[in-house]
Amino acid sequence: MSCVLVLLETRDGQVRPTSLEALGAARDLADSSSGTVHALAVEEADLDLVALGSAGADHVHACGAEAHSADGSAATAASLARELDASVVLLAATIRGRDLLGRIAAKLDSGFAADCIEIQASDSGLECLRPVYGGKAQLRVRVTGQVAAASLRPNHFNPADRDAEALLVQASASEGSAKVLGIHAGAGDRPDVAEATIVVSGGRGLESADNWHILEDLADALPGAALGASRAVVDAGWRPHGEQVGQTGKTVSPELYFAVGISGAIQHLAGMSSSKVIVAINKDPDAPIFGHATYGIVGEASEVVPALAAEIRKVLE
Amino acid sequence: MKSIVFIKRVPSTTTQVRIQDGVSLDPSGVEFELNPYDDFAVEEALQQRESAGEGAVTAVSFGTADARKELLTVLAKGADEALLLESERAPAVDGATTASILADAVRGKEFDLLLFGKQAVDRDQHGVGPAVATLLGVPCISEVVEIKIEGGTVHAKREVEGGHEEVEAPLPCAITCHKGLNEPRFANLKGIMAAKKKPMETIQVEIPSPKVEVLSMEFPPERPEGRIIGEGAEAVPALVDALRNEAKVL
Ligand SMILES: Cc1cc2nc3c(=O)[nH]c(=O)nc-3n(C[C@H](O)[C@H](O)[C@H](O)COP(=O)(O)OP(=O)(O)OC[C@H]3O[C@@H](n4cnc5c(N)ncnc54)[C@H](O)[C@@H]3O)c2cc1C
Ligand SMILES: Nc1ncnc2c1ncn2[C@@H]1O[C@H](COP(=O)(O)O)[C@@H](O)[C@H]1O
Repeated sequence: MSCVLVLLETRDGQVRPTSLEALGAARDLADSSSGTVHALAVEEADLDLVALGSAGADHVHACGAEAHSADGSAATAASLARELDASVVLLAATIRGRDLLGRIAAKLDSGFAADCIEIQASDSGLECLRPVYGGKAQLRVRVTGQVAAASLRPNHFNPADRDAEALLVQASASEGSAKVLGIHAGAGDRPDVAEATIVVSGGRGLESADNWHILEDLADALPGAALGASRAVVDAGWRPHGEQVGQTGKTVSPELYFAVGISGAIQHLAGMSSSKVIVAINKDPDAPIFGHATYGIVGEASEVVPALAAEIRKVLE
Repeated sequence: MKSIVFIKRVPSTTTQVRIQDGVSLDPSGVEFELNPYDDFAVEEALQQRESAGEGAVTAVSFGTADARKELLTVLAKGADEALLLESERAPAVDGATTASILADAVRGKEFDLLLFGKQAVDRDQHGVGPAVATLLGVPCISEVVEIKIEGGTVHAKREVEGGHEEVEAPLPCAITCHKGLNEPRFANLKGIMAAKKKPMETIQVEIPSPKVEVLSMEFPPERPEGRIIGEGAEAVPALVDALRNEAKVL
């Protein structure tokens, strides 16, 4: 893999952590054949060349464009990939990343592999492992051809940890025909459930929206934790749809997932079964979620959750 | 408003997956249905035709002969015509190749909207819609939860990590549909009867050489057997200890 291009995702001028993971994955591919890693930031952003170099980038192409436009970004990425004769284009499997992957592949006339959890270079292309059927199975595929495009699921790859500074290259962005008129931040300053390394999710077992403060308090006790929800509570209007985890919500794969008062329906599992450690808290010892959890406590949410928050505060002090 | 809506026949999400020959889903005993996100796309096409008071809805699917059943469902809900791009090999075809087959089939047809589901719940690729739009050179807005069309311009809202985006694009435009966009209707008896008389064309398609090869299908690694730490608040210290010292995630 002589040249790997990573499309960086930025928000509020900051590079997302998931993009640093993609740089790490790119570094591994490039190192297997003494290749180089190029990063592309389409939007105006604060680009820390030491941090990007450390994560794996050799060169950072900065366009300084105003607002993200998906077709513009895809065209910019595809033309840079051509110019560099890149053999792989990587990006994070976020909502924006997923939207861009198919477009970039179409522009490059290449194949694509979405939401990969492992990738590796092979003689005849890029080999990828990706979950299918809502995580009930996984496909090992090979993207053949001159160039391969792949998106990487958050929290499955690690940034490199190098002593290196990336070189900045000024680049220009293509115009898109769809315009982003506005980007509206969600309420609060908690991370998004799809990006967080710790997720605290609640279900109907919380019994009412008014009880959510106990989950908020648990999330406050855990640095970087996000809140999640089952569909039952989103449908009931207790929580916004942006927090829904599952087949019709977001796919998450944090290091640590708390399922509180969630039964463990197959459509919920589809969104979170690739979490590294799953903790279930449920008053019913026969709840299906216990069959998928790493650790479980049988009990009332209103008793267990506050005790858990207090104990975590104690040990993290 | 003329819409082309792309639909896929997929295994129901409650399917217990069994693997056949190490490379694909064993379809025996599996219930198939219209991809749930495509149902939002169909509904949107019908509502746009209804509110414009004119236009047409064409449903297109690339699949095996069995996909006629899902196309018939869409005709019964109110679509005007259907096109099946038939190949027995369709279920094994990758997203990029699928996109080129779909784009070739509609290139040159007249349309205002191309409607897709945000994701087909079999391969979970989230990619075919944006790829088809790109191949046809039309703008695409993905994972849309609200849409308004005025004077040839589409205004759409989409949820992204950390908030939502408002996007505007000129017609013709492609949209991939997310839950929340609308409430899909069910077909009624009259619709089901009418569907049988509506035009359904079948074209046999040649599959170009794939851009992605399937090497194997596997089950995810078994999760190590979990354990119930205990009951109630008393079990909390043991849980925190396990998270810190065993799982090392705290
Ligand atoms: C097409 C389709 C798509 C879907 N998509 C999604 C999706 O994206 N995400 C999703 O989550 N679901 C989805 N669902 C819904 C899913 O099938 C379940 O209905 C839903 O996940 C149930 O939510 P729940 O676990 O909160 O509620 P329930 O199933 O009602 O479970 C509540 C749990 O709380 C426990 N409990 C009750 N009281 C207490 C208490 N005081 N303390 C502790 N525990 C308590 C109960 O024992 C029970 O296990 C989908 C369904 C369909 C058909
Ligand atoms: N074989 C197919 N035939 C028709 N439409 C398809 C097909 N495959 C995918 N699509 C459309 O593309 C969307 C996204 O699919 P995917 O990229 O596979 O997740 C689906 O919801 C459909 O609208």
